[in-house]
Amino acid sequence: MVDLSVNLGNNLVLKNPVMTASGTYGYGTEYADFIDINQLGGIVVKGTTLTKREGNPYPRMAETPKGMLNAVGLQNVGVDSFIETIYPKIKDFNTNMLVNVSGSTVEEYVETARKINSLDNIPGIELNISCPNVKEGGMAFGTSCPSAIAVTKAVRDVYKKHLMVKLSPNVTDITEIAKGVEGAGADSVSLINTIMGMAIDIESQNPKLSTITGGLSGPCIKPVALRMVWQTANAINIPVVGMGGISSVSDAIEFILAGASAIEIGTANFIDPEITIKVIDGIEAYLCEKGCKSIGEITGALKI
Amino acid sequence: MKYIHDFTVTDNIRQNHEFVVLTLKCDSTIPEIVPGQFAEVRVDNASNTFLRRPLSIHDVNYNNNSLKLLIQEVGEGTKKLSNLNKGDSINMVYPLGKGFTKPLNDQKSLLVGGGCGVAPLLFLGRYLVKNNITPRFLIGAKSSKDLIRLDEYRDLGEVMITTEDGSEGVKGFIIHHPVLKTEKPDFNIIYTCGPDGMMRVLSKYAAKHNIDCQVSLENNMACGFGACLCCVTPTQQGHKCTCIDGPVFDSKYLKW
Repeated sequence: MVDLSVNLGNNLVLKNPVMTASGTYGYGTEYADFIDINQLGGIVVKGTTLTKREGNPYPRMAETPKGMLNAVGLQNVGVDSFIETIYPKIKDFNTNMLVNVSGSTVEEYVETARKINSLDNIPGIELNISCPNVKEGGMAFGTSCPSAIAVTKAVRDVYKKHLMVKLSPNVTDITEIAKGVEGAGADSVSLINTIMGMAIDIESQNPKLSTITGGLSGPCIKPVALRMVWQTANAINIPVVGMGGISSVSDAIEFILAGASAIEIGTANFIDPEITIKVIDGIEAYLCEKGCKSIGEITGALKI
Repeated sequence: MKYIHDFTVTDNIRQNHEFVVLTLKCDSTIPEIVPGQFAEVRVDNASNTFLRRPLSIHDVNYNNNSLKLLIQEVGEGTKKLSNLNKGDSINMVYPLGKGFTKPLNDQKSLLVGGGCGVAPLLFLGRYLVKNNITPRFLIGAKSSKDLIRLDEYRDLGEVMITTEDGSEGVKGFIIHHPVLKTEKPDFNIIYTCGPDGMMRVLSKYAAKHNIDCQVSLENNMACGFGACLCCVTPTQQGHKCTCIDGPVFDSKYLKW
């Protein structure tokens, strides 16, 4: 038997390194017809804000070569409604349910995190300082070091469980932000969020997204994500959760070799709703083949 | 319950320059499908097609676990699907979304389709016939050569036609057909699928005459099952996903 479990620190232990990325997996229940979601290492649910958000106008999505742009804009029911109506339905899943937390101001992040801190069956939050699709807040916090540090510190003061901070790739040096949030008390970092992009309909000469620009995801961003995960894992001492275009077993293993303790699968779930299970099984098979007893043996094992 | 099934292409019949009908057979038992529901079809070996393609179910035969898709060639993905051959494999996530709802006992129905929007209306027509309701169809197209599978629809009920160039039926758009010109309509529920503009006009018509109107939307989607929130449409209760709250909506519920 191979030990696939991963300890991300501060009482967040995954049974295997495969989690699902926020904004691509709803609240987990959307996939329950396809797979046993209890087999996942963790599920990061839809970005949650202090108050309900309607998100951006349609169209919010444009297909691109080997990827897609989205401009959903954090449509969600708001934290109170999440606690009242959604939490009871997901709290008994036998996997780690993490809540992705976003906001327009530091106070909003703090208040949302404080409310989620009281939920027994949510072992951690993913602090979203990297959403490119909202006018205020979101990515603005994650693209400047002082504000990334400030929001992480403020949330750390009220949030006692596992604090994962989701980083933006839309920066000059992602390791500077990673070091900043590590110093501010983050238990782990996850990266990358989507890369800012755009697409144009040449017939109508309009942008394909209502917001003009949006966030690019899918296999087309994988090399960029992998590079950033490798740089970040070499720069900080807290665990790195890698994501960005992971669509296969070998993609996942690349991220782990580059230094990711765990990974998140996002956009690939849309095309293959069973991909997560295939990746879990495939990682196990790879470790057997390589004669490894635990996943830790290949974490950051890149040979240079 | 949603399923991921592999199907085998058993027939591919070209209808005209841009439409084909694929017949697909499944090794597994196909689940009950409501007319108006759709499938997310994976497109293999198409380098620029990343996402699955949402296509409405055109016809179902539960006896031999087969179904039909009416495919309009729009871009690379649908072109790839329209060129599949007998024996090729096709992977689908289905049945997805909320379909049309049955009319009340005393309701007379009119099924209005434009372009590729005729696809779900054949399956809906069959369903109505099975429930002892005779459907009437109003089908709009650019030209007579764009009218496809009319015999199938005629087997189920009366078929009225408009073409933009007047090459068949009444010249003009759907709304110009005499059946929609009378003071008092002789039907009290409209089922429609087709171009947005056509459905908006019908929705206004239905509101004016105080009759029910169910519209099937074709918004851009990524997942098809409520995870990505990309395909939203504005409704009286805020943004709703076309994939799980629709694709069929009561037109009164939409903010058009």
